[in-house]
Amino acid sequence: MTTESKIPQTDATGPLPRRTWRLLVAVFAVAVAATLLVTFVLVTMFERKQEARTPFVRAVEVGEVSTDPTPWGANWPHQYDGWRSTAGDKFYGGSSALPQSKLETYPWLRRLYANYAFSIDYREARGHAYMLYDQGVTERVTQKPQAGACLHCHASVTVLYRKVGLEAMGEPADDAALAAGFNMPAVIRGFEELSTRPYFEVMQMLLSVPDGTPELEEGAFPLPPVGGFTGEMAGQPVDQTQVAHGTAHPVSCIDCHDPSTLQLRVTRPGFVLGISALAAGDAPVPHLPSIERWRKGDRDRPYDPNRDASRQEMRTFACAQCHVEYYCATKQTLTFPWAHGLRAEDLERFWEEEVFPDGTPFYDYLHGETGAPVFKVQHPEFELWSQGIHASSGVSCADCHMPYERRGAMKISNHTVASPLGRIDSACQQCHNRDSDELGQRIKAVQDKTLAAMDRAAYAFTDMLDAILEARAAGVAEDRLQEVYRLQRKAMWRLDYISSENSRGFHADQEAMRILAESIDYSRQAQSLATRLRAPAPPSIDAIQVKPVIGVTSPAGAAAR
Amino acid sequence: MRERAQWLAVGAATVLGVLGGLGSFTFGYGDGLAYLRNDPAKCANCHVMQSSYDTWLKSSHRDVATCNDCHLAHHPVAKWITKADNGFFHSLAFTTDRFHEPIRIKPRNQRVSQDACLHCHRRIVDELLPATPSGDTPRCVQCHADVGHALRD
Repeated sequence: MTTESKIPQTDATGPLPRRTWRLLVAVFAVAVAATLLVTFVLVTMFERKQEARTPFVRAVEVGEVSTDPTPWGANWPHQYDGWRSTAGDKFYGGSSALPQSKLETYPWLRRLYANYAFSIDYREARGHAYMLYDQGVTERVTQKPQAGACLHCHASVTVLYRKVGLEAMGEPADDAALAAGFNMPAVIRGFEELSTRPYFEVMQMLLSVPDGTPELEEGAFPLPPVGGFTGEMAGQPVDQTQVAHGTAHPVSCIDCHDPSTLQLRVTRPGFVLGISALAAGDAPVPHLPSIERWRKGDRDRPYDPNRDASRQEMRTFACAQCHVEYYCATKQTLTFPWAHGLRAEDLERFWEEEVFPDGTPFYDYLHGETGAPVFKVQHPEFELWSQGIHASSGVSCADCHMPYERRGAMKISNHTVASPLGRIDSACQQCHNRDSDELGQRIKAVQDKTLAAMDRAAYAFTDMLDAILEARAAGVAEDRLQEVYRLQRKAMWRLDYISSENSRGFHADQEAMRILAESIDYSRQAQSLATRLRAPAPPSIDAIQVKPVIGVTSPAGAAAR
Repeated sequence: MRERAQWLAVGAATVLGVLGGLGSFTFGYGDGLAYLRNDPAKCANCHVMQSSYDTWLKSSHRDVATCNDCHLAHHPVAKWITKADNGFFHSLAFTTDRFHEPIRIKPRNQRVSQDACLHCHRRIVDELLPATPSGDTPRCVQCHADVGHALRD
């Protein structure tokens, strides 16, 4: 070809000039490349249109017993993958993987929780994937008897509740009855039956109810070793008297979603009862408009979030089923203390007025150093958020903790539930048009100030304990110390409120500072009173002269000049 | 040799024909002509604009301003330059799936929409504006963030 192309090209039947060749080849190549590109664009467009039209394909049926999330994962792979990755890159079990002990970071917590199981083992939290595993191995559970109520929030427990509830109501509770529907009355009944039963007994029962996947022996995440790593029951075999249909699962798809419509829903009796008590009260809740609406209605039925709440409210309520303050030990059914409102002092008042079924006044524990009856705060995220600017702006939990993200043309909420600090872009920039660095600095500034105030509150708290112990050592009678104990309880409630809450004050920064300020005040009041009770009476201050004003306007001042 | 060239010419023509057909179809399938018009619903053709469109429908400006009224320059030539610029880069970004999320407006487009605010509201705000605007001049939407579409300012 090279030699041929050198021949002069006058003859129409002769070889083509090299230029024409090149042109033809170039046209061909460009046209091929352009066609490839156009085809790519066309296919992309088609995919996007499909994504926008069909957000999911229900490849596997899931129903009211499908506590195992695996089949849900076949239908909603993006959400399932997100949920699974709350474990991190993979699931880390074993005692060496447990996170940092808060008791070591904040030694004063041992004194705060003296004579309470939290003084034994209290660690930083891990992702949702670990909720059941970590509960099974914490020494609070393995070394102290705990209530089945703990599983209300740490396991996918509604099928068991329904089963026990149906049995208690004398209705059929076979597998068909369990799959028939959610049946909130039965679930609430089962919850009441199981709340005060021992933890390990309820855990055993949980293994015996169907989970929708009889063919699978393991769930998405491993179960904790029975008895944990150190407890008396560590390493002992599981009770074989109950036939296991499946395995137990941490809170999964079915706990927040209706399996037929995928709609958000609440399933936890503690929340359903608590929020209807809040609605029935008269505390202002402007950030929850559906409650205000229900109050203006005829109130013929109790407030029901599944019927009355907006979708945006449900994006908070789903989380508020667990991320709240409650009582969950063995003396009475799990209780959410919201009848008087959602502020720290509203909750405190609820517990002050609460009486155990046996008629004795409510308390969580007798403080190990002073003997004062005190309240333990759990983790009042929903309550503190309710006092903040994000709540009043209509921003839900999911907006920041499960921010919307895009997969092609699909808009999905990120199911890797986690702190927004790790993804400020998608969590904050939906509303705040600022650089991630600046937004991160703002969050840090709030949290640093809260922690600094918490440090001061902790110092005031330990000073108070020392002063009370000194008063007791000096022989001050117990009946004279009752007011000191009351102040101690109030100081501890407020310190615990902010230290247990999982946002370092960010959920409502000014409210957090107010609560800490009150804690410091109550601690110092108690300290001062305890000191007065043991010290000799102070001398009179009546004779002390107050200096007159000295300045340019007074004769004395003018003379001095 | 000439025969081979003929085959190549036929091949090139065929591929060009396929390109023409496929291109026309793709243009039609993607509703390409809509990009030259003014219907806000068509901006959501590119699915990423759906939430902006949804919230615009509920905004104070839905009856008085379309997407183009605020996001295109009002000068007859600059308008088409802006449209071509954004049209190309938006398509590129969305097709290749490479862009910052949540989407953030570029400085150039910020100036366009600020000018658009003034296009209608200048008489009211004229005395508030500095004689010589600079980069530090606050933009209307910094405070009035939800007049066009909420959650995207």
